[in-house]
Amino acid sequence: MTAVRQTWQVTLRGIRVFVRQPAYLAMTLTQPIIWLLLFGALFKAITKIPGFHGGSYINFLTPGIVVMLAVSSAGWTGMGFIEDIASGVIDRELASPVWRGALNAGSVIYAALMVALQTVLIVALALVLGANYVGGVGGVLLLILVAALLAAAFASLSNGVALLARQREALIGAVTFVILPLTFLSTALMQQSLVPAWIRTVARFNPVNWAVEAGRSAAMQHIDWGLVASRIGLLLALTLFSATLATRAFVHYQRSL
Amino acid sequence: MATAILAEGLRKSYPPDVQALDGLNLSVEAGTIFGLLGPNGAGKSTTIRVLSTLSRPDGGSASVAGIDVLADPVGVRRAIGVVGQKHGGAPEATGRENLVLQGEFYGITGRELRRRVDGSLERFGLRDAGDRPAKTYSGGMQRRLDIAMGLLHRPQVLFLDEPTTGLDPEARSEMWHEIERLAVEEQMTILLSTHYMEEADRLASQLAIVDRGRVVVEGAPAELKSALRGDTIHIELADLERADARDALAGVAGVEEVSLTGRTLRARARDGGAAIPEVLAALDARGVKALSVTLARPSLDEVYLRHAGRAFAQAHNGHEEVAV
Repeated sequence: MTAVRQTWQVTLRGIRVFVRQPAYLAMTLTQPIIWLLLFGALFKAITKIPGFHGGSYINFLTPGIVVMLAVSSAGWTGMGFIEDIASGVIDRELASPVWRGALNAGSVIYAALMVALQTVLIVALALVLGANYVGGVGGVLLLILVAALLAAAFASLSNGVALLARQREALIGAVTFVILPLTFLSTALMQQSLVPAWIRTVARFNPVNWAVEAGRSAAMQHIDWGLVASRIGLLLALTLFSATLATRAFVHYQRSL
Repeated sequence: MATAILAEGLRKSYPPDVQALDGLNLSVEAGTIFGLLGPNGAGKSTTIRVLSTLSRPDGGSASVAGIDVLADPVGVRRAIGVVGQKHGGAPEATGRENLVLQGEFYGITGRELRRRVDGSLERFGLRDAGDRPAKTYSGGMQRRLDIAMGLLHRPQVLFLDEPTTGLDPEARSEMWHEIERLAVEEQMTILLSTHYMEEADRLASQLAIVDRGRVVVEGAPAELKSALRGDTIHIELADLERADARDALAGVAGVEEVSLTGRTLRARARDGGAAIPEVLAALDARGVKALSVTLARPSLDEVYLRHAGRAFAQAHNGHEEVAV
């Protein structure tokens, strides 16, 4: 109970920053629109590639863009910890009896909520652009869920890196190093049968691809329950694993004090 | 009286080769303000980090409020309040929100939490600023918020790590009032680190001078000063390395511990003011020209210089310029 209260307080702190900084708020809300319009325009010809059978370009791209935005938004979560380390906030928190898990979980839940909000925006805009949600409201909710889970997993990893490296530059390096390859080694922007075989193989182990497959199947196609359930299971396991890692990183951080 | 803080043989090193604590011993009686005095890098902050469970020592043992910091860190955290060198408040959150967050971290909730938050905003003069983001606060207000946060759960022991560094003189003197009030009204044990002699002199009933990771001298400020037995005379010479100047002073009655470094001649005298004319006459007799004479009353600066053997700060407090 205390753990839940403390986690919520940390989440609330993030939400306050979000609503109180108009520039940040505006950027978070316009980013999905720009991405969808930009990638939509860029990949419009994808449907003309021989062998493509993903339906309309907007149907194909929407889940991919949702997932791309989820990793790239959540990847920066650790920046909050880096600032808190520099300003002394983390040290004050660690000198209190607060449950360490709450410090990570609170910021991770905030990151997941932001991604859920951005996903809703993309889904709505895509609908205007002609997307056809075969999976209905339930399918869209599952798409939001996988995006939030993926965001949660990467937010924890980002927090963990922040606590271990403690430097802005290191986190920027790690995030930029990881995000693009993970995105391109998935079927976010290209149909699976059209990518080289080795990418197909790598993609099977890529969490970004798990989210793309599950989201696309649930929202845009006739849902493949086996696929969706297994991918959600994998994402859930990864989320718990990375949250444990990030929480343990506090011990490592304190050892360096 | 009970011992609130006990540290024995604390050791801590940082890679590659910084020995931050080198067998530090400390014993603080409950209900007193204890000053940790020392230059930057002496080990004051490391001591506070170890005692407040943020950092684990490589060796030695410590207990705070009777609880072992290594065996039961969570127990210690419940019993202590920590105000670090940096502001620990979330800048974008208001004073009130910061206090609420802090209270929740200590398991204080609901009506009790609201009551305490209102009370501490009032008490620390932040009632009107309570709903403004902390980043809009002045340095003094931020520090008061830091202390309010450190006290919200009513700790038995409060750690203040350089509480007035970076404050303007007015805010500093306000902060001193606040700390004195805590000690008197709340009977709290306070461990205060500082590199301001004046601060330690005014606030601490006991203090320890820390240098290179260990306590070099310990006692009440008045005790330490009176142990110096007399004033220090600093004489700036016109010429370098006049060894005969040292000999000249050695002959003056009541003057002892004469030392010469470069142009600076130092000596101790039971009554410095009375010794100056004779000292100048003795120098004059040997043809040594003095540019200036400074008389230092017994101060903690002098205590530090004597025990740690290197200049404490560029600016020496408590010196009186004497025209030659």
